[in-house]
Amino acid sequence: MSGPNTDFDPVEVAALQPEEVESARDEALAAVAAARDLAELKQVRIDHTGDRSPLALANREIGALPPQARKDAGQRVGQARGAVSKALGERQAVLEAEHEERMLVEETVDVTLPTDRRRRGGRHPITLQSELIADIFVAMGWEIAEGPVVEAEWLNFDALNLGPDHPARTMQDTFWTEPAERHVVLRTQTSPVQARTMLTRTPPIYVACPGRVFRTDEYDATHSPMFHQVEGLVVDEGITMAHLKGSLDHLAAQLFGEGIDTRFRPSYFPFTEPSAEVDVRCFVCRGVDSDACRTCRGEGWIEWGGCGVVNPRVLVACGVDPERYAGFAFGMGIDRSFMFRHSLEDLRPLFEGDVRFSSAFGTEI
Amino acid sequence: MKAPKSWILDYVDVPEGTTTEELTARLTATGLKLEAIESAGADISGPLVVGRVLTRDPEPQKNGKTINWCTVDVGDANGTGEPQGIVCGAHNFEAGDLVVVVLPGGVLPGGFEISARKTYGHVSAGMICSARELGLGEDHDGIIVLPEGAGEPGQDVRGILGLDEEVIELEVNPDRAYGLSLRGIARDVALSVPGASGFRDPALRDTPPADDGGHPVRVEDPTGCPVFVARTVTGFDPAAPTPEFISQRITAGGMRPISLAVDVTNYVMLETGRPIHGYDADKVQGTVVVRRAAAGEKVTTLDGTVRTLAAEDLVVCDDSGPIGLGGVMGGESTEISESTTRVLVESAHWDAVSMFRTGRRHKITSEAGKRNERGADPTICEAAADRVVELLTTYGGATAEPGVTVVGTPPRPPTIRMALDLPARVSGLAVDADTVVRHLEANGCTVDVEGDTLTATPPPWRPDITDPHDLVEEVVRLVGYDTIPSVLPPAPGGRGLTRPQQLRRRIGRTLAGAGWVEVVDFPFVGQGDLDALGLSADDPRRSLLRLSNPLSTEAPAMTTTLLPALLRTAGRNVGLGTSSVAVFETATVTLPHTSEPAPILPVDRRPSDDELATLESALPAQPLHLGLVATGEAEPAGWWGAGRAVAWSDAVEAVRTVADALGLELEVRPASLAPWHPGRCAELRLGDVVVGHAGELHPQVCATFGLPPRSVAAEADLDVLIEHAVHLRPATVFSTYPAAKEDVAVVVDESVPAADVEAALRDGAPELLESIRLFDVYRSEQLGEGRKSLAFALRFRAPDRTLTEQETGAARDAAVALAAERCGAVQR
Ligand SMILES: [Zn+2]
Repeated sequence: MSGPNTDFDPVEVAALQPEEVESARDEALAAVAAARDLAELKQVRIDHTGDRSPLALANREIGALPPQARKDAGQRVGQARGAVSKALGERQAVLEAEHEERMLVEETVDVTLPTDRRRRGGRHPITLQSELIADIFVAMGWEIAEGPVVEAEWLNFDALNLGPDHPARTMQDTFWTEPAERHVVLRTQTSPVQARTMLTRTPPIYVACPGRVFRTDEYDATHSPMFHQVEGLVVDEGITMAHLKGSLDHLAAQLFGEGIDTRFRPSYFPFTEPSAEVDVRCFVCRGVDSDACRTCRGEGWIEWGGCGVVNPRVLVACGVDPERYAGFAFGMGIDRSFMFRHSLEDLRPLFEGDVRFSSAFGTEI
Repeated sequence: MKAPKSWILDYVDVPEGTTTEELTARLTATGLKLEAIESAGADISGPLVVGRVLTRDPEPQKNGKTINWCTVDVGDANGTGEPQGIVCGAHNFEAGDLVVVVLPGGVLPGGFEISARKTYGHVSAGMICSARELGLGEDHDGIIVLPEGAGEPGQDVRGILGLDEEVIELEVNPDRAYGLSLRGIARDVALSVPGASGFRDPALRDTPPADDGGHPVRVEDPTGCPVFVARTVTGFDPAAPTPEFISQRITAGGMRPISLAVDVTNYVMLETGRPIHGYDADKVQGTVVVRRAAAGEKVTTLDGTVRTLAAEDLVVCDDSGPIGLGGVMGGESTEISESTTRVLVESAHWDAVSMFRTGRRHKITSEAGKRNERGADPTICEAAADRVVELLTTYGGATAEPGVTVVGTPPRPPTIRMALDLPARVSGLAVDADTVVRHLEANGCTVDVEGDTLTATPPPWRPDITDPHDLVEEVVRLVGYDTIPSVLPPAPGGRGLTRPQQLRRRIGRTLAGAGWVEVVDFPFVGQGDLDALGLSADDPRRSLLRLSNPLSTEAPAMTTTLLPALLRTAGRNVGLGTSSVAVFETATVTLPHTSEPAPILPVDRRPSDDELATLESALPAQPLHLGLVATGEAEPAGWWGAGRAVAWSDAVEAVRTVADALGLELEVRPASLAPWHPGRCAELRLGDVVVGHAGELHPQVCATFGLPPRSVAAEADLDVLIEHAVHLRPATVFSTYPAAKEDVAVVVDESVPAADVEAALRDGAPELLESIRLFDVYRSEQLGEGRKSLAFALRFRAPDRTLTEQETGAARDAAVALAAERCGAVQR
């Protein structure tokens, strides 16, 4: 061994002897291979490549050799150091990989633990049903019209061909506001929105009107003083009952599934003439072997709503020229549609605010 | 309308084998909708037979009752031919009477199984039946005693009692008043059932000509009463029983048999659709006069009610004054009784509108009124009266007096002009002119064709047909609604959802995403609900729009706030065991204001814009509100650690989140308003406009609604938020130079709102301050009573350079200086 303060004889530098270099290299390689973890390897690195390691000392002494010997010694020491460095690098990679693997194993958690750290919200199914229906109409190019629920008697009745002495007024049990002479009611249908639309717009009119309506029905499994309706109104040139049927068939197919259509039965509504009741084909049994079907109670069809050709008297009251334009209108219950679409037999859960009921529907239906 | 099938088939023939289902399907398809097919005997099974009472031995019992031990001949129905021993509690029969017996093994309505059983010391093998036990009505005066000759002992009694009769119940719409008669139903069967033929009009009969010999009648208001026919029979036997077929048919029709004289008028009404009234002729004094009532006049109607009349009511009078509400209900003073031997038969046609108004005014719904207000056939008054006379003479032993009084003539039906192609244009069906004429004539119209137009006169039983479109419906219903093709109309390009519609959806989704659950409730409220909120007497939310006919006296008005319903809902959820609840509702509230009444505008033209504006201004304001209530945990406890209870800030944050979704920033100010905790209520402002309130609920409100203390709520006006929602937001390019962060703690008085300090800091460094966030509020003895330290993280950044320490420091100092100036803030 030699140090900076020893007498200096280049020829006698033992550390640079080939055997010495090889032995130092082999020792280093053996130590690298023996290192069991990153900490041991770190010590090996210090011991065998650090400033005081044999190979580092050998390297330092190369400069003292005569020029002709430097090349050989330099090559020899360089190769040895290279081999050790390579081995260290490789071992480092292996140990790091082992370490990481072990760490990942140690960090394992129970991913089946509950993760519900936030309240789940939800929208009301009737809102969602209304929006779904609105989207179907919007996709058809129609627009969504709205109006107030506290409405003028004239718009709720008279403008719709329901004069003060019309027998049909007794068909609808109306909430009147005080005093009655003010002629203000809770709308019994969304039809006043149709009247408002005709009064404020010029044809062609293609609108759907979803909304809350009120009747003086006692609250039970199938009646509610407040419920939701959607009505449709088209006023254009050349409109026929065939267009009415086409629109309702389309709505039925979109809402209940491909192939679900409607059928008409003659009926009576002051707003329309001719008028029809609309039945929708049962989307469960599709009208085939219906006897055991609970959804349609064996009928194959489900009563859905009313419709018809807009009575020309209504067009006149709403400022539409009945000679030029014709229209159709229809209406059905949103709650009712929801109930049979989602197999709900009692409507009261819709209005009782049990969060478990609404949450179940999330934000889309 | 309930119609026994056999009665329908009295007037029309249908092909052999036509089932009731097929027949009613056709009626439904042409406008008389099937409601139900009932058969009175459907829930009776087993032996139900005629029996003849052989012996009847009354046996008084210890309990004070007397029972009858009877032997009854039931022929071979019991298998032995021996008399059947039966205990019977009724007393309205004698030995020798024919009765109805259900034998052991029979089952009566309600699943009541009959077996031989020991009772009152006898083995009673069967039961003698009352009408009620057989489901034939509520009469429980005793057992049924069959008329002599009704049947032989042992014979099945179902046919005799009409228990095998199928009764068809039809829904009759206002435009098909003819469907309230067998005559009308049978006519539609003839029109609609394939192969049906031979309609025999029960109102088509030879009637004696009018003369001067009948009861004198004077009609002073021929518009109200265009036709009045009076016939009289004498020698009527008031004790004569009603024939079985009449009582069975009117029972099936939903009416109660009373006495022969009354029953035949009801029978003829069901048969022809023509309401008839019978008077005890001996009680009618002098000339019958039909006139409008004098306001305040009184009449006691058949139901025993004293009616104070309005000037519009049509009354039938005699010398004593009003003796009936014409067409709606007869009077007590001339009512047919057990001693009536002379019957005055009135068959009159009345103005439908008057009938409707009188019925509504006096809240009378009667079978007669129902038909008169929809419009009966005015041309068959004489026939209907004659039919009643026929039945009274046939079954009541009466003799028709020769005189026939007929006053007035039936109103003329309108003539309607219609383009021949209108049915095709309206229906979208290829309906040619011949088909149009044929179907109108089949409906009873008289039709004249001239060029491409026809003129139709509807039949007298169709007062509803007044317009060309009415004719169209009559044509199309016979062509068949099921033949209408399905054609989707091509709509012009639509504009999609309006912006408010889109934003309302966005609000709902935002809240649901933030953990709130939407509910829907009724908008009815009462002052009691507002008391529960703790509203002061002069709170504007107490000004309610009241309903004239509320369902509940507790909630007789339209609500001005969504909170009472939401609080109840939250309380109900808590009661159901859901301890953490966060609910919201978006709905309109009603804010009444004083204004002129809403006019009833004309309908024969479009109202003017001014008229429509008057209508609009009469309606109350109906802003869309958001209400929300939360209780329990905002974040649950779990394996991760403790949960977090709902706090006032959750309510404020919910509304701020909604505003944020609309691109709006709300200013929050301390406020004091019921139902909130006076020290924990935030007023939410958009500029100068207060859009709502949020915070912790007053402890008393929580208690009242069954909610835990510290529950929270908010209510805000969504219309204002939606109106101001940011539509087109310009894109911002953010500086990429490094930010300089500075934390500043300032001490202020407890009363200084943090928002004020923050605003001052923000305003003090307007150029360079990128963001500011309050991260700590700290109080200590060292700070002193009534003082608090607010710590803010300030982030400075310049758009065009890296800020120097000096620049950042100067900006911070400026911010603090303004906070000191405005809020007395002292930097720590
Ligand atoms: Zn089905």
